[in-house]
Amino acid sequence: MKAAVIVFPGSNRDHDVARALRQAGATVVSVWHADHELPAGTDLAVLPGGFSYGDYLRCGAIAGRAAIMDAVRAHAARGGLVLGICNGFQILCESGLLPGVLMRNADLHFVCRRQHLLVERADTPFTNRYARGQVIDVCIAHGEGNYAADAETFARLDGEGRVAFRYCDASGTVTREANPNGSFSAIAGIYSERFNVLGMMPHPENLIDNLVGGTDGRGLFDSLVAGLRTAA
Amino acid sequence: MKARVTVTLKTGVLDPQGKAIEGALKSLGIEGVGSVRQGKVFDLELTTADREAAEAVLKDACEKLLANTVIENYRIEIQG
Repeated sequence: MKAAVIVFPGSNRDHDVARALRQAGATVVSVWHADHELPAGTDLAVLPGGFSYGDYLRCGAIAGRAAIMDAVRAHAARGGLVLGICNGFQILCESGLLPGVLMRNADLHFVCRRQHLLVERADTPFTNRYARGQVIDVCIAHGEGNYAADAETFARLDGEGRVAFRYCDASGTVTREANPNGSFSAIAGIYSERFNVLGMMPHPENLIDNLVGGTDGRGLFDSLVAGLRTAA
Repeated sequence: MKARVTVTLKTGVLDPQGKAIEGALKSLGIEGVGSVRQGKVFDLELTTADREAAEAVLKDACEKLLANTVIENYRIEIQG
């Protein structure tokens, strides 16, 4: 598994996600946003968390139009894997790789805390090491994670099973109280039509070591590396 | 040639920032404000003197970057 982590001005979670990928057995290279190509043989392109371009204009808006994004779009069109975490999810929406938009949290507060997620399906390259319906304990840290889209888009996402994760409580129940940002239908992450692009607000890369509180995030990176090994 | 682009949220899109401003106005005792919606204003200086060319450039700029047309509308004014 060869992963390319794209670094934008203001990315700050690129090293964490690289560490999580290496721990799972991937080879990781950093790619600068102004580059026009991904390294040859890239299996997975990662848009890390952070505050690209200081969140100017709209979160992810300027990064979504960076030179490297044409290469990421081409990679996705070929069926290549793309993972966007937090600001990376915002960039995926702004770049048109995923539908919808991430709005300001409904209560206007930046939220930084542990958060339970419901794994909606375990048959994708990103979640095959989890079980369907499994509750995982990860972290969230965002001010604009309130997923919104028009009714038609929601109906399609739901109908095609493209919701990847929902915010839930420790027992796996999706409740209003467990929704940290007002996101429609408690959506925490969504897939592209072909399930090769995943955007998610939570940070699985925070929870990969018991030393810092848990390992529930490892499943995502293990899934990516293991899935590719099986396919190859 | 100068132009102003105004970007506003589409009707029906929840605007928590506008709501917060609305609340702040009320708490200041400013009466008579029914509701507030927040938007953005961009002032642009264009290198062309041709109105039609300017409109095309501005539309392109709005569609590709200045507005997210999933949730926002834009209005272009060319100021001579």
